[in-house]
Amino acid sequence: MLTLHCPNCGVHADETDLHAEGEAHLKRFASGSSDDDFHDYMFQRQNPKGVHFERWKHVYGCGKYFLAARCTATLEVFGTYSAQTHEPPQAIKDAITAKRPGWSWGDFS
Amino acid sequence: MSTRLANAGRLVNKNKAVSFTFNGKNLRGFEGDTLASALLANDQMMVGRSFKYHRPRGVVASGAEEPNGLVNLGKDNTFEPNQRITTTELFDGLTATSQNHWPSLEFDVGVINTYFSRFMPAGFYYKMFIHPRPFWKHIYEPMIRQAAGLGKAPKDRDTDTYEHFNASFDVMVVGGGIAGLAAAHSAGQSGARVMLVEQTADWGGRAVVDMPSIDGKTAQDWVADTVQALENMPNVTIRLRTQGSGVYDHGYVLAYERLTDHAPENDGPRHRLWRIRAKQIVTATGAIERPLSFAGNDIPGVVLAAAVRDYAINFGVSVGDRTVVVTNNDDAYRTAITLKKAGLDIPAIIDARTSAEGDLIDEAKALGIRVEFGKGIAKVKGGKRVTGVAICNQAGEGAVIEEISCDCVAMSGGWSPVVHLWSHCGGKLIWDADQAMFRPDPEKPPLGADGAGFVVTAGVANGHLFTAEVIADGFAAGRSAAKAAGFKAKAAQAPMGEDAHEGPLAPVWLMPQGASHALRSKAWLDFQNDVKVSDVQLAAQEGYESVEHAKRYTTIGMATDQGKLSNINGLATLAKSLNAEIPNVGTTTFRPPYTPISMSVIAGVAKNELFQPIRKTPMSDWHTANGADYEPVGQWRRPYAYVRSGETVHDAVNREVVNTREKLGLLDASTLGKLVVKGPDAGKFLDMMYTNMMSNLAVGKCRYGLMCSENGFLSDDGVVARIDEDTWLCHTTTGGAERIHAWMEDWLQCEWWDWKVYVANVTEQWAQVAVVGPNARKVLEKLGGMDVSKETLPFMQWADGTLGGFDARVYRISFSGELSYEIAVPASQGRAFWDALLAAGEEFGAMPYGTEALHIMRAEKGFIMIGDETDGTVIPQDLNLQWAISKKKEDFLGKRAQERSHMADPNRWKLVGLETVDGSVIPDGAYAIAEGTNANGQRNTQGRVTSTYYSPTLKRGIAMGLVLHGPDRMGEVIEFNKVDGTTVQAKIVDQVFYDKDGEKQNV
Amino acid sequence: MKKYSAFAIAREAFRQHTGWERAWARPEPKKKYDVIIVGAGGHGLATAYHLGKNYGITNVAVIEKGWLGGGNTGRNTTIIRSNYLQDSSAAIYEKARSLYETMSQDLNYNVMFSPRGVIMLAQTQSEIRGYQRTAHANALQGVKTEWISPQRVKELVPIMNIDGPRYPVLGGLYQARGGTARHDAVAWGYARACSDMGMDIIQQCEVTGVRTNLGKVVGVDTTKGPIDCDKLGMVVAGHASVLAQKAGFRLPIESVALQALVSEPIKPCMDVVVMANTVHGYMSQSDKGEMVIGGGTDGYNNYTQRGSFHHIEETVRALVETFPMIARLKMLRQWGGIVDVTGDRSPILSKTPVEGIFVNCGWGTGGFKAIPGSGWAMAELMAKGQSPLTEEFNMFRFREGKFIDESVAAGVAH
Repeated sequence: MLTLHCPNCGVHADETDLHAEGEAHLKRFASGSSDDDFHDYMFQRQNPKGVHFERWKHVYGCGKYFLAARCTATLEVFGTYSAQTHEPPQAIKDAITAKRPGWSWGDFS
Repeated sequence: MSTRLANAGRLVNKNKAVSFTFNGKNLRGFEGDTLASALLANDQMMVGRSFKYHRPRGVVASGAEEPNGLVNLGKDNTFEPNQRITTTELFDGLTATSQNHWPSLEFDVGVINTYFSRFMPAGFYYKMFIHPRPFWKHIYEPMIRQAAGLGKAPKDRDTDTYEHFNASFDVMVVGGGIAGLAAAHSAGQSGARVMLVEQTADWGGRAVVDMPSIDGKTAQDWVADTVQALENMPNVTIRLRTQGSGVYDHGYVLAYERLTDHAPENDGPRHRLWRIRAKQIVTATGAIERPLSFAGNDIPGVVLAAAVRDYAINFGVSVGDRTVVVTNNDDAYRTAITLKKAGLDIPAIIDARTSAEGDLIDEAKALGIRVEFGKGIAKVKGGKRVTGVAICNQAGEGAVIEEISCDCVAMSGGWSPVVHLWSHCGGKLIWDADQAMFRPDPEKPPLGADGAGFVVTAGVANGHLFTAEVIADGFAAGRSAAKAAGFKAKAAQAPMGEDAHEGPLAPVWLMPQGASHALRSKAWLDFQNDVKVSDVQLAAQEGYESVEHAKRYTTIGMATDQGKLSNINGLATLAKSLNAEIPNVGTTTFRPPYTPISMSVIAGVAKNELFQPIRKTPMSDWHTANGADYEPVGQWRRPYAYVRSGETVHDAVNREVVNTREKLGLLDASTLGKLVVKGPDAGKFLDMMYTNMMSNLAVGKCRYGLMCSENGFLSDDGVVARIDEDTWLCHTTTGGAERIHAWMEDWLQCEWWDWKVYVANVTEQWAQVAVVGPNARKVLEKLGGMDVSKETLPFMQWADGTLGGFDARVYRISFSGELSYEIAVPASQGRAFWDALLAAGEEFGAMPYGTEALHIMRAEKGFIMIGDETDGTVIPQDLNLQWAISKKKEDFLGKRAQERSHMADPNRWKLVGLETVDGSVIPDGAYAIAEGTNANGQRNTQGRVTSTYYSPTLKRGIAMGLVLHGPDRMGEVIEFNKVDGTTVQAKIVDQVFYDKDGEKQNV
Repeated sequence: MKKYSAFAIAREAFRQHTGWERAWARPEPKKKYDVIIVGAGGHGLATAYHLGKNYGITNVAVIEKGWLGGGNTGRNTTIIRSNYLQDSSAAIYEKARSLYETMSQDLNYNVMFSPRGVIMLAQTQSEIRGYQRTAHANALQGVKTEWISPQRVKELVPIMNIDGPRYPVLGGLYQARGGTARHDAVAWGYARACSDMGMDIIQQCEVTGVRTNLGKVVGVDTTKGPIDCDKLGMVVAGHASVLAQKAGFRLPIESVALQALVSEPIKPCMDVVVMANTVHGYMSQSDKGEMVIGGGTDGYNNYTQRGSFHHIEETVRALVETFPMIARLKMLRQWGGIVDVTGDRSPILSKTPVEGIFVNCGWGTGGFKAIPGSGWAMAELMAKGQSPLTEEFNMFRFREGKFIDESVAAGVAH
């Protein structure tokens, strides 16, 4: 039963107020892109046992999406941040590095 | 025999007798009794039968760990099986029956299993009943099922009520013994918001039974004072009869409060489930005494030593007149001393240790009790109750030295901390070899959201067995939990406890140490599931070496007590068999709940009408009053048809179709999703959402649009109206409103967050009525207020105005092929508008129609329906909807997906109309069969039906379906399968069956 | 291997059961095997078993990080059925179901396959259409199912409330030869048979790396040292992504928690398995008498084998509504497993970008029922390089958009 801080409205939200929305920072590939790129965008997921970036929606709250950095092996939350970004803020990366030195995820580390 | 002592117990009120029945016998107990103590007071030694061998079973414990004392409680609506008698408080009129026997508890034919027990070792099911094959299902399995199963199945609906509380605390303390009280008190003093729960009806745990001295007071007085202090603290909540049931991630705790189980005459909910978020949790959950493994340790009258003491002190009940105490530790001497002082016989204390010294031993000896060191019990004598014990050397193989007659054996194999809540969420354990116990490893607590530990453990649960340590540990745990929750501890003195001097225990996992197979196969580990020492040894012999394998192979620890008494003894036995160290064998996983909690309390108030909310339109009451046969659509319920007296549902549907086609039909379309999309970039955004172009839709006009998932599949459709320069109103399907709204938000917030668009779901702001049929315009003209003529309001346009005094937005759209207006009015005026339409329409033959008539009319017209023609695997191209896919747009959601090879495959099945040759209706879901079979031997297919109806308009069966190369095969007859193996022939035709040229709707 | 039988039991009863042999050996790994299967769950063991039984390939090691059968094989709700909609699903699940029929005899180990019948309830119009479509598909696939009326549902399951105020029962899709089996016994029976064929089941041995040479697998590194092989089968369910990463490729799957629970045991009251997908719950009664209950998956990626309690609440609520009598039963135990879910929620049985490596994963919430069929098909794929049963389940289907989607017929993949 997770709790996550919603960076949009400031509420420390219970899992029952939230909806998990899958992997974060997917790069969309549109018409004309290669089969491989489109496949990876649609289906290839990091699915790590460890540090993970994911989307959440504060569905029974402010209704806004946000992103979370979380460990899938311990459920520790390293931080949450705005969904309107292409990569995790440095502060989040630093927070992860402090707890999980040497982490990497997709293009981030 | 077991009986009530002259001096009443501390918990019972001798002045208040309570009557109850057990197996139909009228019995009496006292207020304050548990069902277990009351039965013992009535010399009801045998209380049930074991699971596998149907052996006689008596009470072995006094609390939540009891594996044997399970009864069917109550009757009819309050009947409940497997109720644990040691935690059932007695009330007047209680009705209980024992379980798992036939015909009676005293004489159970199932006991034959016990005589064949040598043929039923661990795992025998897996080795037997293999041949002949059909025998398993028809003979062996029913036999095994009937023999298993304990309590009876309830038959009636539960009429009690249940509720959930949500709460958040800084510190949650589980366990109301002295450690928990001290923890709650010290945490409370820091100002933290604290909750303290105790599963029994009594504060103080073991201390108020054994009565050590704390801060110079008796434990009873210290507990009373501390409870009083906690009650006076506004930041502390305390609850009895409330069990800490489970610890979940991020500090979520379930507590199970039993409100009226002990007093069913009281009003209010029976159980309450507390769903708690706690910053820190203190588990002060105590410990459970372990049985000793000797032959016959399952015979009624063999009871845990501390439980014997509990019954004597708490309830004034003696389990037996002559009690032999058998132990490997000093604590059990307390039982001997208590009983002796109560005037009962203690023929001997059998101490498996070769020697020991301590205050309690001295006291027992001083009372004249015979103490035998280095001895054990070779076997217990008796059947349905204990008649004596045979004594042997613990170090030997069981040669009998002496027999002692007795009617109770009080056993103690040491104590196991209750580590369940610590472990539920990943807390690790360490093996404490000195005390022969697993206790929490303080270095490896469960980790919370911040990666730090969120559970601390205290007192006996932390492996401290002496009062002074327990209370100091509880006090410290409360302080450190409060500190971790962000509160500053007040300087305060920890309470001081005093203890008798006790010597160390000696681990004893088998009695005697070298017991023969005959003795080991009578030495029980799991009393309920009938698992013996020999079974675990056999599991190890056969390679079931992992503790999980051994557990599952023998079923040890899988009974309703979840191994509270058997787990440690079982894995010690396994470790010994494997020549391994106990910590290397490890424990099985502790899973919630600590003890079983009612399904009802988990469901809470959400049952019957409240199971799930029903969304209702403003006209809903009218529908119900007028024969609506409802179908669930998402959270809505829509009238499927309005059935009149004398009609079948089918008749009603046909009547509604014909009436609408010929006169005037009214449909409550309020459930259709309505999303307002507004902003400077709204047009650009909708061009991405829909396959067709929406940005160039003129203000005042409507356009039918398709939406696809990013994976290319059709997901929704509906009519879009352009309201003004930067506002569009998008209609979705009934089930689609929330989903599509969320879908739009997803893209706006997470992909195109710089686009200036705002989306609002206004579905429930409007009541919407489809006014359909040749008389549609007449009724609107009669209501008056707006020009709804073809010229002013042509097909696929909308207009705002008033109709009969109602503020209305009128869309000239049609899903039936008839002249049709969809009229939206503010929801608050919906019912009045509906009534006005019915009244005005009476002379024009107005009649409401339901969803089935809607479906039939759209099918007659060849319109697709999301959910019928689509199923999540269909792309617009399959449905010949290329006209609705913009060629001009570079991009829309789903476009790239539709470029994949399989999506462009010319062999994809395509939509066509289907007309049965004999006029019948093709069954729903039928497949068009093709020649031959595939590589897996399955019949080849070439298509399937997607919608199939009897058309009252055409008076024949019509259908639509997806068929291989369908549009190129017009006129061809293909065969559809029926489940009975026959087929039905249908001709491939155009999908528009009715008014192909659209003359009806465009008048 | 000494046969199990009533006679053997009687013989052993008179010599204190001293003659029972180990069910499976405890070997140290050899230097090289023809085939290594990673994962000694049901699917991995069944693959090894059929490699030996069907193709005579017995120089096989099955490597297991924990204890055999300790993953989802020992955590599921043991439902067996094959009433799937899509041809490729129906083929492999029906193959599995038919192998379950004779598994106890084939393995000489009673797995207690109990073809007590499975009903999938229709509670909406769209479920009626979906299940009728499945019934028609099954008729052509050689899967025996039937559409039954609400009255027949009530006859088969008297404890069910078919007139609930919210979702009355409108009928059901019934597979009479669906049912349950004893999950642990399936793993143990296969392990015993594999061991008897001379295969090595190596428990407590974690694969730490996959070694390849010129795009071809040559072996694995393990906590018990390096082991060479010609072919490698990865059959590790929830940990498939983690293992694939060691081999240098990725899989289109995500790992999430699936929870289940049991009640305390009661006398027999329900002889069939019931699945109610509209309200998201399913229930059967075990031979021990426990009501075995499951529901949907949790929403987020998770490797902890723990789930969130609100999903338990939702499931119990749904089942109390459907079976009012369970209201006064008690939840004895809840647990969770990690299931691997693909983009179309159907499994992957496939060659991989690395020659000699084969993958079997993505069974999501429905793996137990497939075990023997999956093992049969995977063995064929590994031995022959192709199998009609695995053809459609290749991992490259997502690239073409060629999905196997079972959710279309209101069905779920449990």
